[in-house]
Amino acid sequence: MEASQNKTPDASPETSDERQALGCRQSAASRRANLVIAGLAVFMVVASGVSLMLGRYPIEPAQAVQMLVNAIPGVTLEQTWTDQQATLFFNVRLPRILLALMVGCCLATAGAAFQGTFQNPLVSPDILGASQGAAFGAAIAILAGQAAAGVSLSAFCFSIVTVMLVLLVSSRAKGNRILVTVLAGTMISSLFSAGVSFTKLVADPTDDLPAITYWLMGSLTGAKMSDIALAAVPMVVGCGILLALRWRINILTMGDDEASTMGVNAKHLRLVIILAATMATAASVAISGMIGWVGLVVPHLCRMIVGCDYRKLIPASMFFGASFLLIVDNIARLTATSEIPIGILTAFVGAPFFLYLITRKKQGLGS
Amino acid sequence: MSIEVKGLSFSYGKREVLHDINLEIPDGTLVNVLGPNGVGKSTLFRCILGLNTHYQGHVIVNGKDMRTLSIKQRAREISYIPQSHAPVYDYEVLDVVLMSTGSDLGMLRSPGPRHVECAYAALERVGVAHLAHRTYTQISGGEQQLVLIARAIAQNARTIIMDEPTSALDYGNTVRVLSCVRQLAREGLSIVQSTHQPDQAFLYSDKTLVIYGGTVLAFGDPKDVITRELVSSIYGVDVEVNSLYGDKVRVCVPVKEIAR
Repeated sequence: MEASQNKTPDASPETSDERQALGCRQSAASRRANLVIAGLAVFMVVASGVSLMLGRYPIEPAQAVQMLVNAIPGVTLEQTWTDQQATLFFNVRLPRILLALMVGCCLATAGAAFQGTFQNPLVSPDILGASQGAAFGAAIAILAGQAAAGVSLSAFCFSIVTVMLVLLVSSRAKGNRILVTVLAGTMISSLFSAGVSFTKLVADPTDDLPAITYWLMGSLTGAKMSDIALAAVPMVVGCGILLALRWRINILTMGDDEASTMGVNAKHLRLVIILAATMATAASVAISGMIGWVGLVVPHLCRMIVGCDYRKLIPASMFFGASFLLIVDNIARLTATSEIPIGILTAFVGAPFFLYLITRKKQGLGS
Repeated sequence: MSIEVKGLSFSYGKREVLHDINLEIPDGTLVNVLGPNGVGKSTLFRCILGLNTHYQGHVIVNGKDMRTLSIKQRAREISYIPQSHAPVYDYEVLDVVLMSTGSDLGMLRSPGPRHVECAYAALERVGVAHLAHRTYTQISGGEQQLVLIARAIAQNARTIIMDEPTSALDYGNTVRVLSCVRQLAREGLSIVQSTHQPDQAFLYSDKTLVIYGGTVLAFGDPKDVITRELVSSIYGVDVEVNSLYGDKVRVCVPVKEIAR
């Protein structure tokens, strides 16, 4: 006691210097993370640009740039490209790249948010049944002979309904809130998964069954600009909310009791985050099918490069997730003669990568 | 009056854990709470903090009835220091302290330079500012506990509740943490902490509260409260209370070991 009192007068002149020194170090550390985030953003833009020029149908880089510039209202360039090239560029390649970016961004962001709210780094965005619900919705719509837009809409609605059901069940159950929610998610997920199996059983094996199977494997092909614009609404709203709440997710990872003694209503905050993350996930799954691993692996990777602070982690996950899925999708459409479904490829890339991460660095799982 | 508890009763289902508790803790007092495991110390803390709300009676902190306050308002009156535990993710110490500074922020805002300054000041006040940029999970248990104390200070509440702050610490860290707590109480904060070591009360408390059988068995000056009879009866071991250094300190010693 006396020691600490004696120390105080001597220490005080030093502390302001120390604090300045520490302050410098603080801004250096956070500047580094900001730099990494900016780097990821630049990388995403460059990767998108390069992806626009890649494809089986040749489009010269110069042509791609000219077509893009020409598309800006009020700018007209001399046409150096064929109409066929323009159609392909604007109706196939551009939408697909946009979709890859959006879906990657949403899944990674939602995954990071879920991992925080459930205080568990092994959680993925479909922990509450968003994927299985969407799959069931899509399968039913395919059985009913709906077109692509109808299938997506049905998938989206079922996905949201499934998560609502999980939240409703868990709010009535007794016990540890997080555990109960995850359990309810797993149970209801398996219920819808059984539903999907049943629709496959009764589906017409020449027509509907392959469509369902293909949908389940996930794909970014064939998305129209109008579908993408529609899906963008819940995606932007969901990711926007998560981005705004990112610092509060930190507090939630300390547990509900601690969060509420620090002035945060953990129950409400968790609900808002779950709803926002679900909106983004449901929209992604609805338009692209089941694409696993992005939501699990990308947040982990980002934690290794920018740290656990959600103020940095959420933006980093957004850019990294977008770039990751874009690159995997490039591989999907460029390597084999018949396209590999991206859901398969993300697992092929994601699973070994994840295994590498957990064996390489023990801290990776935060234990 | 820092904390006033009036006629507080609480039950888990049909099992009554707390029965008609009445307490008055003045400002700037360091209170040590004693009692065997399972007598309702933690439940009492949870009721005072507003984590358990289905209680009968009243809890008034700094003149405000906790029941009428929002979660945000409660956090401005009273803060909580849990036992140090490993969080799932590796945060920087400064980020851990920052977490408590947001009670004045809107839902969508993040802490700014003012909050960082406040977090630093809190770390300095407990003497661990040099740890600001270390990883919280990689510092020692005693340091973690000091960081959590800093977090409570940064929250800017006048009353602090600590649940067994030293139960997982070695001797050196125990002394460091307790003397820090002692100092903070001298500086005007009211601190209520539970412990399993009756000896600690003589050095590190102004008042001792003994909870037994869900009610207040004794409350007052540690030297009056911690007697041979009381300690022997609540813990079920025969002890002798002895005085050292001209009665500056007292210690409890199990009789069985002396008689040998």
